[in-house]
Amino acid sequence: MTEKKLLMGNEAIALGAIEAGVQVATGYPGTPSTEALETVIRYAERGGIYTEWSSNEKVALETAVGAAYSGAKALVTMKQVGLNVASDPLMSLSYIGVKGALVILVADDPGPHSSQTEQDTRAFGHFANLPVLDPATPQEAYELTKLAFELSHEYEIPVILRTTTRVSHGSGDVELGTKAEMEAGQIEPVAWDFEGFTKDRRWTIFPRLTAERHPWLEGLQVQLSERFSTLPYNTVSGKGKIGILASGVSALYAKEAIRGFEEIFTLFRIGTVHPFPEKAALDFLKGIENLIVVEELDPYLEEEVFKLIGKKHLAVDVYGKKNGYFPVSGEYSVGLVLDGIDKVLEAVGEPSRLPHASPVVLREELPPLPIRAPTLCAGCMHRTVFYAFKRAAKQFRKEAQVGQKEQTEQAMQATQTAQEEQAMQAVQTSQTDTIFSGDIGCYTLGNAHPLNMVDTCLCMGAGVSIAGGLSRTNPEAKHVAFIGDSTFFHSGIPAVVNAVYNEADITLAVLDNRTTAMTGHQPHPGIGVTALGSSSKAIDIANVVRSCGVEFVKTVEVESLAECVEAAKTAMEFKGPSAVVFKGKCVGITKSDKHCVIDPELCTGCGFCVKQLGCPALALPGGEGGEGGEEEEGEKARILDNCSGCGLCAEICPSEAIKTEEVLK
Amino acid sequence: MKFDILIAGVGGQGVVLASRLLALAAMKAGFHVSTAETIGMSQREGSVSSHIRIGDEVSGSLIPVGQADLLLGLEPAETVRNLAFLKKGGQVIVNTHEIPPASKPPGSPAYDPEGLLSFLKASCPGLLCLDFTKLAGEAGTPKAANVAMLGAAAGTGVLPFSKETLQKVLEAEIPEKYRAVNSTAFESAMERIS
Ligand code: SF4
Ligand code: SF4
Repeated sequence: MTEKKLLMGNEAIALGAIEAGVQVATGYPGTPSTEALETVIRYAERGGIYTEWSSNEKVALETAVGAAYSGAKALVTMKQVGLNVASDPLMSLSYIGVKGALVILVADDPGPHSSQTEQDTRAFGHFANLPVLDPATPQEAYELTKLAFELSHEYEIPVILRTTTRVSHGSGDVELGTKAEMEAGQIEPVAWDFEGFTKDRRWTIFPRLTAERHPWLEGLQVQLSERFSTLPYNTVSGKGKIGILASGVSALYAKEAIRGFEEIFTLFRIGTVHPFPEKAALDFLKGIENLIVVEELDPYLEEEVFKLIGKKHLAVDVYGKKNGYFPVSGEYSVGLVLDGIDKVLEAVGEPSRLPHASPVVLREELPPLPIRAPTLCAGCMHRTVFYAFKRAAKQFRKEAQVGQKEQTEQAMQATQTAQEEQAMQAVQTSQTDTIFSGDIGCYTLGNAHPLNMVDTCLCMGAGVSIAGGLSRTNPEAKHVAFIGDSTFFHSGIPAVVNAVYNEADITLAVLDNRTTAMTGHQPHPGIGVTALGSSSKAIDIANVVRSCGVEFVKTVEVESLAECVEAAKTAMEFKGPSAVVFKGKCVGITKSDKHCVIDPELCTGCGFCVKQLGCPALALPGGEGGEGGEEEEGEKARILDNCSGCGLCAEICPSEAIKTEEVLK
Repeated sequence: MKFDILIAGVGGQGVVLASRLLALAAMKAGFHVSTAETIGMSQREGSVSSHIRIGDEVSGSLIPVGQADLLLGLEPAETVRNLAFLKKGGQVIVNTHEIPPASKPPGSPAYDPEGLLSFLKASCPGLLCLDFTKLAGEAGTPKAANVAMLGAAAGTGVLPFSKETLQKVLEAEIPEKYRAVNSTAFESAMERIS
């Protein structure tokens, strides 16, 4: 017997791809998908696999497509919103197909835990006419990855392997094939045995080619549906008269919820969700009058089964999201599935009830608990930059208010009613404000209290263009767009070009901490290091911005707050697009040799540092605001072990009580 | 057999490592395991937890409410936050070491670790509380509090595998540099409990 390994779902997928003979792997980091490509990268050098972190998901997919056109086996990885970025090539690719094999790992995030949407890639597969596999455990993820490569090769179509957070980021015992069982250091290089690119009109999409290929694509849906009905990844268990249809991790929740009551139910688990395996579903539905559908995110299976019931005139009642038996959004759990099934049992007049667990205490009985929201690390450069812009904006507001006060006073003499006065004040505040557009990365956390420095956040790269739009409709306000280094390369550049082309009066603040921090510190085009760690050309952000035509470009090393404020202010004063590239280190990957200490003699206990910065290394006894929440002057602030000595608090302390020390770490 | 363990703490306390060690020990003992961890943005000083499900059958990685057999709390507030997962009669081991939240957004209740500990004592008979951070500090580094708590768990005898199995996993998984400190923390916590 082969020994089992404890693997995270994403690792199992990588090993499945290696077992299948993957030759090219690309991707863009995104939680919860990142570890899949990271694992392939670990094996890449010995395994002879070409791997890259691409500049964005569209580029990653297109790179993998080029490889697959040549007959190679390719893998591309991304999170669900990354698929939106890659959807342009993907939608056309369905018609063209591939030659070697192309597997697209897309990780969905019910909840969501760390995403901006709760979209469902099963529905995307339906929209794009592409097969979708939906594993429930790391073991299944491993097996379905191998199946995805086989199917893609056989049918010459890209195959989507869709996971959710609990599968990608869950770990479990996995039994591996011989090749994947090997450690990164022992693996044999994969044969580079594909035939190479052959010129053929099939690779050049044209309306006529699309018209020719469309019937093929539709026919493939029927073929695949039939094939899927025969595969062992769709299983029926039990002989009860109430049917349960489920896929992914929800199927395991359902299985656990009915434990001990299996005789009432028949469970149909689907691993190959799209195209829907109709024949297998029909077999399962024989003798079933009541059907429960358990699935997170979209009612995808529910709609498929509705179509089937309609088509075949079946007398089956369906209980799912559409009639309110299960939640339409959010992550599922065993308890939630239990509740749903219980409601159905009651509706169909089934006397038995499933047993519910009895916790020690109910959630509702817990005492009030402090909110522990994620925050920027202690000493993160983003905090300094956010705080600098906060100060700069405040100065502008003051200046503007002084100016406006004079104007208002003159106007006041002319106006009479209190109403008019009020209206005028409301306009004043909005006009003199600065609007801060944020973006996706660790720095989205700048929205949290007490910084409150992110007024908008939509998707990767959107901050710059949204600031441009806001500048048209709020011309009196200042507009600042924060963007991280990796996000800048991902999708920020076209927005900068647009700001210059259309003369938007915005300030671009690039938070360049030399890494893709939020997803676990992957390299990017600005660093001069590839996925494998070899050196490459580092693309300089300031030069890119300059060459786009931005006339005010400044680079600042984030060391002193005063310098950052100065840079922020001059950039904001500049008429037209301006940019400041703030360069610093991500403390998540750099060891600091400094630490700050508070001199208790000098500290007055005003709490200013704690309340202004929200640095996790700064604390007042009993938390911010002191015991009981309200100001309790006199309690001295403390600096904790996780201080990295950035010196920001020292710079703002009104009593100059904070000093920096060198430490040996 | 089914045994569900929940580990709760704050980002940076080593919840994920502790969960991996328990999962590996369970596998060594011949069980299926599935775990669910908080990974990504929420780790930055946020609440984190890890679910470890051990059994003869493969199950979904999230422990259902009211089913955990053991709750290891690396911090008082995070222990209470996850208490509804514990089944009646389940075992709780809590690290009394306080970690105040990094910021206090408007409306967030005050941090009251003493109140929370008395709540725990009142609701969980057989509660084991100890300052594992201090104990680990005495062993060499406060960072080994997570491993010390595993020692305590082994000391209670509730785990579905032997303490030797867990110790073997520790030896294999912890880099040599930190091995001695971690085993001292593990053993002294185990002794304190049993
Ligand atoms: S990981 Fe780096 S970028 Fe992210 S919050 Fe921490 S210091 Fe800032
Ligand atoms: S110097 Fe101050 S602001 Fe910087 S990490 Fe230390 S406590 Fe936080």
